[in-house]
Amino acid sequence: MNEIGLTQVLIVSTILFFIGVYGFLTRRNMITMLMSIELILNSININFVAFNKYLYADKLDGTFFTIFIITIAAAEASVAIAIIIHLYRNLKSIDVDDADMMKF
Amino acid sequence: MSNYYIALIPLLPLATFVLLGLFGRKYLSGISGIIGTLSLLASTIISLVTAYNYFFITERVNGVFQPIIALKYTWLQFSANVSIDLGIMLDPISMMMIVVVTFVSLMVHIFSLGYMKGEERFATYYAFLSLFTFSMLGLVLSTNIFQIYMFWELVGVSSFLLIGYYFDKPSAVAASKKAFIVTRFADLGFLIGILILAYNAETLDFGILIERLTDATSPYLINSTASTLLGVSALTWGLVLVFLGGAGKSAMFPFHIWLPDAMEGPTPVSALIHAATMVVAGVFLVARLFPIFAFDVSALTVVTYVGVFSALFAAIIACTQTDIKRVLAYSTMSQIGYMMFSLGISHHGGENGLGYMASMFHLFTHAFFKSLLFLGAGAVIHLVHSNEMKDMGGLRKLMPITHITFLIACLAIAGIPPFAGFFSKEEILMAAFENNKLVYVVAVFTSGLTAFYMFRLYYSIFWSKQSHAHADHGEGTLTMKIPLIILGACALSVGFVPIASLVTSDGAALETHIDYIFSLTPVALAIAGILLATSLYKNENSKPQSIANGLGGFYTAAHKKFYMDELYLFITKNIIFNLIGKAAAWIDKTIVDGFMNLLADVTAEISNLIKGLQSGKLQHYAVYFFVGMIGFMLLFIYLWI
Repeated sequence: MNEIGLTQVLIVSTILFFIGVYGFLTRRNMITMLMSIELILNSININFVAFNKYLYADKLDGTFFTIFIITIAAAEASVAIAIIIHLYRNLKSIDVDDADMMKF
Repeated sequence: MSNYYIALIPLLPLATFVLLGLFGRKYLSGISGIIGTLSLLASTIISLVTAYNYFFITERVNGVFQPIIALKYTWLQFSANVSIDLGIMLDPISMMMIVVVTFVSLMVHIFSLGYMKGEERFATYYAFLSLFTFSMLGLVLSTNIFQIYMFWELVGVSSFLLIGYYFDKPSAVAASKKAFIVTRFADLGFLIGILILAYNAETLDFGILIERLTDATSPYLINSTASTLLGVSALTWGLVLVFLGGAGKSAMFPFHIWLPDAMEGPTPVSALIHAATMVVAGVFLVARLFPIFAFDVSALTVVTYVGVFSALFAAIIACTQTDIKRVLAYSTMSQIGYMMFSLGISHHGGENGLGYMASMFHLFTHAFFKSLLFLGAGAVIHLVHSNEMKDMGGLRKLMPITHITFLIACLAIAGIPPFAGFFSKEEILMAAFENNKLVYVVAVFTSGLTAFYMFRLYYSIFWSKQSHAHADHGEGTLTMKIPLIILGACALSVGFVPIASLVTSDGAALETHIDYIFSLTPVALAIAGILLATSLYKNENSKPQSIANGLGGFYTAAHKKFYMDELYLFITKNIIFNLIGKAAAWIDKTIVDGFMNLLADVTAEISNLIKGLQSGKLQHYAVYFFVGMIGFMLLFIYLWI
């Protein structure tokens, strides 16, 4: 009956994106927030691959961008974990609500 | 002939001031007095030579002395015609003044060697004296009306510094402030006067200024008489305002209140600044601009009546004062009043310039006998350590030289022939008699009063009761006696200096003669004054007290200086401070400050309201970010799709 088309893929990636946003805004644990960011990034990756496959099947640009994003996500994760470790050493906690010194 | 050496006359004291001011207290404290005196001695000699050259060597043109510009340097050029120059002008009055200034200053320097010995700030004292001498010489030699204004302020500053020399005495500090503020206030008038004159004549140079404003056909004069304010022409306003500055410096009524208080300074300073030189700067200024004044009868009338009123007013007060320096201060004011009204009744040129000549003559002789009186008073104060008459009396045996010289000076100021004051006062009275009978009557009466109060002073110091002064030290050092003797000789002899043929309004020699019949009245009045003083004060008795009681309120008023100080205090405290000052303070505190506080409060309130946005919570920021992004997205969709 129905083939899986671009629309269905985009629906999946949109759901994934908003799960990530929701997790980023509601979770207090910084590691979980980092995981949520990964979800957001991966939803983007899916979009790139999907657009590449369905619209410009003869090109590879979208796939390349996906690989770049995965690389950058790895670097970003290492920086974020370094920040989290430093905060933990100072606050003895990885709850994001405890890290609220930067205010008025 | 090169005239550049003349610049040394003011520059030597300036160099001394810099040297002593910078290094005096540390390195030269022992010899600073000698340095100051020697440099001034050189300056005095140069000025005597210069004056001699000017009066007797330089050629006159048709028997008329010509002003010589010895040196001129343009300092600030405003436009093609208007510039502020610094220069040296030689003319009869400036020559006479440099001789007076350097000579009296030299005497004071020598006297101070003894009088100020052992003072901690000895070097500073000499530095200030040098500064004053420099400024005064610069003032009298000015070529430019703005140059005279600068030096005018400089003498004001040095007077301020020297009155406040004993700065640990509150009264001296108050007196120096008073002198500065009162004269500064009057100088404001002077400045406005300069601007009016300079605006109308389009020059600041004395020579051109006088030339333009005395030529009846010149457009400058026509313009300045045509434009009027409150019915008075611009020329008159300018001259009266310039005279206001002169009146402030010369302690004319109603700006005289600073002069008696200025006696808080060291006595030699009073002799130099507040008797012989600085206070006659006002007379000098009017004399300098006299050709213009002579063109404007109303300005001269102001000069006349201010002068004659001051002369009488001060003489009455002088009769009641008990501080010997204050008596001398009021006497100075009275004598300067003579010089002023003598200028006021004079005309320009020829035989009619008698008043001008007499005024300059009186300035000349007055400088000698009045500085002698002050130095004598200084010697007396040095001995008894008090300014009050009641602490003195019977000092003639203790200090014979002071006694004799003081007596000479008293006779000179009283106008007894053949002492110096007689000749100059006769000329003034003669001029007054010829021009204005009212002024003459007041002047003759005042001259009788002068004789009375001077001899009251003389008897109170040297006769009266038996001396109870402790002769712990003698009359004073040799350096104090020498100036007294020299000045005493001057007070005897300077009346014979032929000022009439040297210093006149138009530079041409003036024929004068002593009219013995005419002299009879003033001399008789002076002798009557002296006799009256003799009967009242030679021996201690109760007559002065009973006369004072008999005069009642008038005596009290004169003793309180006619409440002028109180009047000034009333005006400043009650009217200016309360009415204007308080209102201004209220506006400042409530309206100006209130507006500023309102701005600050509003800002603080707004920031308080919105500072909660900055919570420091990362996820709040993330929410704002997402909401913002969604908002932008919706906006884009709305706009373009």
